[in-house]
Amino acid sequence: MTKVLTDARSIRIKGRSFLALVLSPELPLDWWLGRLDDLAARSAGFFLGRPVVLDVADLEIDRAQLKGLIEELGKRNVRIMGIEGGRPSLFEPGMPPAMKGGRPAPDFEVPENEPAAESSKAAAEVASAAPVIREEVQPARATASIIVREPVRSGQSVIFPEGDVTVIGSVASGAEIIAGGSVHIYGTLRGRALAGSVGNASARIFCRKLEAELLAIDGVYKTAEDMAPGLRGQAVQLWLEGDSIMAERLN
Amino acid sequence: MAKVVVVTSGKGGVGKTTSTAALGAALAQRNEKTVVVDFDVGLRNLDLVMGAERRVVYDLVNVIQGDAKLTQAMIRDKRLETLFLLPASQTRDKDALTPEGVERVMDELKKHFDWIICDSPAGIERGATLAMRHADVAVVVTNPEVSSVRDSDRIIGLLDAKTERAERGERVEKHLLLTRYDAVRAERGDMLKVDDVLEILSIPLIGIVPESADVLKASNLGAPVTLADSRSAPAIAYLDAARRLAGETLPITIPGEKRGFLGKIFGRRAA
Repeated sequence: MTKVLTDARSIRIKGRSFLALVLSPELPLDWWLGRLDDLAARSAGFFLGRPVVLDVADLEIDRAQLKGLIEELGKRNVRIMGIEGGRPSLFEPGMPPAMKGGRPAPDFEVPENEPAAESSKAAAEVASAAPVIREEVQPARATASIIVREPVRSGQSVIFPEGDVTVIGSVASGAEIIAGGSVHIYGTLRGRALAGSVGNASARIFCRKLEAELLAIDGVYKTAEDMAPGLRGQAVQLWLEGDSIMAERLN
Repeated sequence: MAKVVVVTSGKGGVGKTTSTAALGAALAQRNEKTVVVDFDVGLRNLDLVMGAERRVVYDLVNVIQGDAKLTQAMIRDKRLETLFLLPASQTRDKDALTPEGVERVMDELKKHFDWIICDSPAGIERGATLAMRHADVAVVVTNPEVSSVRDSDRIIGLLDAKTERAERGERVEKHLLLTRYDAVRAERGDMLKVDDVLEILSIPLIGIVPESADVLKASNLGAPVTLADSRSAPAIAYLDAARRLAGETLPITIPGEKRGFLGKIFGRRAA
């Protein structure tokens, strides 16, 4: 039998990002742990309350060694939130979950030596011994946006959490656009458009001709069936007011 | 310079094999050396449509695995001496095709032929991706019907991503071949209209082949439509499509409109 929905309101799913520290251990592990202890000795509580991800992509270790490493880190009060870059065979129940899709973020400030008595030479050593933290600095940008100059075909998805997506062409049935900001489509929108996907309620969707399968702004979505029939085939803009998607014909 | 053409669609049953045979024969009739290659390993049909099923000894998989030479596997058409067939294996599956093997066969074929027409299997898996891999030109076969159009759209996306040309940053030239077009049903709204399909897929049209009993008749005879009766409506559509493929510019006629015009004349005469 058909399932009866208890509540017509949909569940809201949002993205939220935290800046996680990424530890990339090096072999031999004893030596690396020694260096970590050095860092911890200089600034107690460096890892306290911060999400920490273990990057094992370039590390040649087996499951037992990984388990040992996590235990050693646990003894130092470093709680691992997830493991990045590990082969599936490395994992076993009880371990932190595998993570993927992380993006580089600005470098994390390594605290200055707390016992300020140490010389600047030691500080230079700290800097060189700091490859524990990823050194990929990205310049800060204004509102990011990308422009897709051709039709987005069925089965393709354009995912751009950093900002707006503009498509010059149509978005086919079975294609999707996922943008952190607004979605602009200079063509027919037949597939799905998800704006404000990482939690941006002011994002909007614009299209020249609306034939969409699904529309979502900031996690609130509408399927083709819920859309007002008068909007089909029209140039439309959609935005969010509270928990409902509003639509209006352009022109 | 050899041109590699893939005839593809995503969806099955839309007329890829029929179109491969018809276009291959049409190009060969222009006196250009043409080979049609069946990539549908395990479900081969091109040999039947070409009327060569009783002459198959070796096949594409044998050549790829080194059990036979390319010249041993190729079958020359009995009607046209510029037309050749490289059949697929019926007893193997598509995993028998390897990227290296296919590349070797394609490189070898390019030395000897003007046109290499690859008949892609349905789907988007190994067989289909290997068939399109080396293509310079793609003929996307589509029926005027929503599921076929969406599958074609998917294939066009793959042509822009998974072919050798796409990986080199170049483009595969793509053409739409609309098959099984029934003007009466399109007018009634049972089928998508030509403009609707073109609007969705946004690639240039190379021909409209009307739904016709001649197609079935020809494949039962084991002859490409263009050879079985070169004056039938589908044969004319394919012959024109082949000319456009070879670079000629011809106006495209939508089947219904022509018949509507003649129908009016005949209707008036009868009255």
